[in-house]
Amino acid sequence: MRWVNRRMSKGDRLLWGGLPILLLLLAYVLAAAQRHAANPADKILPLPSGMVQAMSALLFERDLLSGQWLFWADTLASLQRLGLGLGIATGTALVLGLLLGALPPVRATLGPLVTAIAVIPPIALLPILFIGLGLGETAKVALIAIGVAPVMLRDIAGHVAALPREQIVKAQTLGAGSWQILLRVALPQAMPRLFQALRLALGPAWVFLISAEAIASDVGLGYRIFLVRRYLAMDVIIPYVAWIALLAIAMDVVLNHASKRLFPWAEGAAT
Amino acid sequence: MSAFLSLRDLWVEYGDKIVLERVNLDIAEGSFVSVIGPSGAGKSSLLRVILGQEQPTRGTILLDGAPLPPECGPDRGVVFQRYSVFPHLTALQNTMFALECTQAPLLARLFGAARDKARAEAAAMLEAVGLGDSLHLYPAQMSGGMQQRLAIAQALIQRPRILLLDEPFGALDPGIRADMHKLITQLWRDFGLTIIMVTHDLREAFALGTRVLTLDKRRHDPQAPHRYGATAVYDLTLRPRTDVAA
Repeated sequence: MRWVNRRMSKGDRLLWGGLPILLLLLAYVLAAAQRHAANPADKILPLPSGMVQAMSALLFERDLLSGQWLFWADTLASLQRLGLGLGIATGTALVLGLLLGALPPVRATLGPLVTAIAVIPPIALLPILFIGLGLGETAKVALIAIGVAPVMLRDIAGHVAALPREQIVKAQTLGAGSWQILLRVALPQAMPRLFQALRLALGPAWVFLISAEAIASDVGLGYRIFLVRRYLAMDVIIPYVAWIALLAIAMDVVLNHASKRLFPWAEGAAT
Repeated sequence: MSAFLSLRDLWVEYGDKIVLERVNLDIAEGSFVSVIGPSGAGKSSLLRVILGQEQPTRGTILLDGAPLPPECGPDRGVVFQRYSVFPHLTALQNTMFALECTQAPLLARLFGAARDKARAEAAAMLEAVGLGDSLHLYPAQMSGGMQQRLAIAQALIQRPRILLLDEPFGALDPGIRADMHKLITQLWRDFGLTIIMVTHDLREAFALGTRVLTLDKRRHDPQAPHRYGATAVYDLTLRPRTDVAA
């Protein structure tokens, strides 16, 4: 059978999907074991046992200096920044995206500005944010929001503008005005797209979060990684990176399922 | 003949391309006008201009003697070939949309007794177009014929003075199309509608219409074919409305 026609069952997909990951893990353990056989104090490729040991201190013991469980404090701080940044970005993208997409005068007025902001690399704004907003939480949240909002906004605006003209005309013949069309025609149809845009924005949002934390912070997943880097503490860095990946996957899965449950009508249309 | 809708010296141009020229028409209340003509003869342009979706370059359109406002409104209903219904609303919600927009300017949603009343009215309208069993289906779950029935119900609940149909049955199977012809004739009679239908199906045009208009170019310039527009070259009155109703 041709490869283009091969359909994988759910079990097959699980098996084949897991295989490369398992192989990679195996390769890592083998390489680590080899290095440790040569030098038991090797720091570059820690063994799983070493990672467990290093992490248990962060997970289950209070830090002597701050009195906190560092791993959980880092996670909470990072998720809070991420949540706030993404929340602000999503809200802005939805409201402005709807207005830009549905109302030509708003598009003419704000479209060029949004385009101009969107082409600025957000990391280049980081110094401005730190100078303007201080080194606290505001600057980090602002970086995430500014980093992902323009892309989401343009996506939503484009989607709304691309709604079939027939629908907009039909709504008007049914007595709807601009506001009612925004509320009842554009907004509901923008929602599934917003969820997809948010899923795609998660990647960049994490990049901006880790960058901001790496540069100026005293708690957070990115801060910890860049702090322990000074001691070559791969036994902390690797579990932290894995944890970030796990969090990102969980968010993606939750958003995807929520979108499917909330907007059953979009099934099939969105793909 | 009472001029219910009248088009006076209507021109439609896109850039230097003239689509319609010097269209003069009087359409009587209660008539079913079929518009036919070759592709590119401006059938759909004529419909869009009457609908208010586009503005004529020159000329006026009068509805009951008053000029039409320059945008779409609830006095003119429409059913397009596709995309006429809202994919995110069920059949019932699609049909209630007009009532909600008219009665609730701010939220475009009704609550309590008003909602129940609108729901009952919408359900009755869906029953009338043969969708009584499909109130809670989304358009994506419906066949093409059902979607067009829904689009008609959605338009009719607003009680438009004119119903405009743009190749409404063009994408349907012949069998389904025959059913739809029966339905639209029935509704036209029951609701006393004035219908203007654009179609490319001659049989459909003659079977349904009380009057058939053919749009085409009167003149043709081989060097610049776009410089002459189409107008009504044939205007056939098939039968007075009472004949059909009998």
